[in-house]
Amino acid sequence: MVASRLTRRTALGALAGALLARNAFATPDQARDWIAAMAKGTPKDGKVSLKAPEIAENGNAVPLTVSVESEMSEKSYVKALYVAADGNPNPGVAVYEFTPLAGKAEVALRVRLQQTQKLVAVAEMNDGTLYTASREVKVTIGGCGG
Amino acid sequence: MADDIKPRLRVPTTAKKGELVEVKTLITHPMETGLRKDADGKLVPRLIVNALAVTFNGKPVLNAKLEPAVAANPYLSFFVKVEESGTLKFTWTDDNKQSWTAESKIEVS
Repeated sequence: MVASRLTRRTALGALAGALLARNAFATPDQARDWIAAMAKGTPKDGKVSLKAPEIAENGNAVPLTVSVESEMSEKSYVKALYVAADGNPNPGVAVYEFTPLAGKAEVALRVRLQQTQKLVAVAEMNDGTLYTASREVKVTIGGCGG
Repeated sequence: MADDIKPRLRVPTTAKKGELVEVKTLITHPMETGLRKDADGKLVPRLIVNALAVTFNGKPVLNAKLEPAVAANPYLSFFVKVEESGTLKFTWTDDNKQSWTAESKIEVS
């Protein structure tokens, strides 16, 4: 009995710890799940590129450019581009839905980064195939307030 | 506060047919994440611009959905392939369903 109670308590403690940790920051899994909830399938590496500084002194506004190789014609274009960050309080950053009118699948934006983390982008083509890329950015001063 | 919110655009006014035009947009907005505490230690409620829709002559070009991880004064640049003269229209919407619009004409030669 004693042994089982101990195990249960340890288990509960571990669970609470995990929940707390999850409340504080997103994890790589959550970032993947956030994207997977919208883009069904397994992304392949390639086609997507993320441009961001290696070290961001100020996490409040980190410039990020995401581009996807695509001819952006009616036959073949990037339908959506999902951007997530795996170390912020919430994993989502932004979703961009393109049409062939855009001509080029590239966006530049500024993101808030709470800490050193990986940015993940997944591109969904019009035929449903997914491509992904990620990039780590080291953050000196976090930028999510608090 | 809301009166200070102003969209800004940088779009070329002329372009060649079929040219890829770079469009730069920004809207002055604090993008409150809902995680920040004010001086009294109370959480400031979330209020962000959560969407930007861009159309060219009424046809959609780009729909952006933003999360709190997008920096204050959300900046976005992207491309449009112009085949004909027309008007680019931008509509930003925030959590309170308030929206702001801006337009820019492109003359194609």
